[in-house]
Amino acid sequence: MSRIWLPRRHAAEILGVDRRVFIAAGLAAGAGGLMALAGCDSKGPKSAAGVLRAAERWNERLERRLFRHKAMNVAPARATAAGEQFPAYFISNRVPVWDEAARGVWRLEVGGTVRRPLRLTLDQLKALPRTELRLEHFCVEGWSAVAVRTGVRLSELARLAEIGPDARYVDFQSFDEDYHESWDIDSALHPQTLIVYGQDGQLLDPAYGAPARVYSPVKLGYKNTKYLTRVLFLPERNGGFWSDQGYEWYAGV
Amino acid sequence: MNDAVRRHHLIVRITHWVNAVALTIMIGSGLRIFNAYPAFARKGETFCCYPFEGDRIPSWLTFGGWLAGARNWHFAMMWVLVVNGLVYLGFIYLHGEWRDLVPRRGLLPDAWQMTKFYLALRRDHPRQGKHNVIQRLVYFSMPIVAAVAVVSGLAIWKPVQLAPLAWLMGGFVWARYWHFLAMLALVALSVGHVFMVFAVDPYALRAIVTGRYNPARSPEARNARPFVNLRGPREEKP
Repeated sequence: MSRIWLPRRHAAEILGVDRRVFIAAGLAAGAGGLMALAGCDSKGPKSAAGVLRAAERWNERLERRLFRHKAMNVAPARATAAGEQFPAYFISNRVPVWDEAARGVWRLEVGGTVRRPLRLTLDQLKALPRTELRLEHFCVEGWSAVAVRTGVRLSELARLAEIGPDARYVDFQSFDEDYHESWDIDSALHPQTLIVYGQDGQLLDPAYGAPARVYSPVKLGYKNTKYLTRVLFLPERNGGFWSDQGYEWYAGV
Repeated sequence: MNDAVRRHHLIVRITHWVNAVALTIMIGSGLRIFNAYPAFARKGETFCCYPFEGDRIPSWLTFGGWLAGARNWHFAMMWVLVVNGLVYLGFIYLHGEWRDLVPRRGLLPDAWQMTKFYLALRRDHPRQGKHNVIQRLVYFSMPIVAAVAVVSGLAIWKPVQLAPLAWLMGGFVWARYWHFLAMLALVALSVGHVFMVFAVDPYALRAIVTGRYNPARSPEARNARPFVNLRGPREEKP
């Protein structure tokens, strides 16, 4: 007499599924789980990288189509200015400061596919038509902060330098090691895209990118290169410090 | 086996499982993004309405590995979730199933009777159609909460280019908050839904996989409340 214990009712029976189907489904689920574990780390399956890049390109096309020069950032009237609570970021080990003794007077180079390259001192920059905007800043990390930005519209510099028709991208380069980020020309010529030398009514602090930095609320914070040295108009995009590491290159807001 | 009826159309079953995967990845990657700044206050301000400002979400609940990875997943999977949701809604509209999912007259008394039954204050399962009234409310509120998640998400993504949407949400800071609350609501509704499947109607698992369902084993036929009468009445031997 058999003493083997068998459950009175099979789990499949309780669920009302054919036993063979139940076993096959169980095996399939187990195999799927194992495959997922093998091909997955906390970043998700590696084979997804291509799909994610394709999605990023698709999103960029949509974002470019959505982009309007008329769409403006206006900081909420009731919002408090961040002031010194505004986080300071740079990639060097300590606050980058332009060493005038070693490198001469700081000048902003505007070059690339332009007819009249510019080399502007801070005083020359300040003599150009000034724009002052109270803006809400958006960081990729999710925080926002309000500050008043004073500077020159990049579109003004582009006009002075007489950019050519093949200037479809702009690279903003810095003296914060090799930090740079390149942009599409549309975002660069947005009326709120400024070469900023003042913040909250004072000259830019070294912690915030002195002597000048690019600032625009139409891009996430990391696209706005601080410690600016060169504005290069280019026919092709030129990546960027964070966008080369996996962050979106377009990063439009 | 032969006493089963067709309950869920193939399109409903596929969109259900695609939704389960996509929503899980959206929530995991969203929480990883949140962890880069696990607070709502604008810099230099305080935020009234979140008691855990600055506390990170446990990393085992997150997906994407790092901020950029999570963002890339989030901004890819959002299309799967939205397209899948629209296919589902379009289908149940054209196929007429939406009638089983919208609240009906007598909603509150019905909901009270259902609650009484679940609390064992009432002996017999209230009469119902395909779903009981609480299910209807949950399934009906899902697309509404999802719409809040989508609109607030767009406002966070494009607070300048879609400034009117951000304004509608009360600004960028509040848009993030509504997005987070919508996520919490979706988690609560989904967890409740899965719990009730196992606690009251595990036979529904068959319906959402094969499409077939045995009405003789419905919660109403079994007079089932959570963990009670899971197996149903004993079959009569001839």
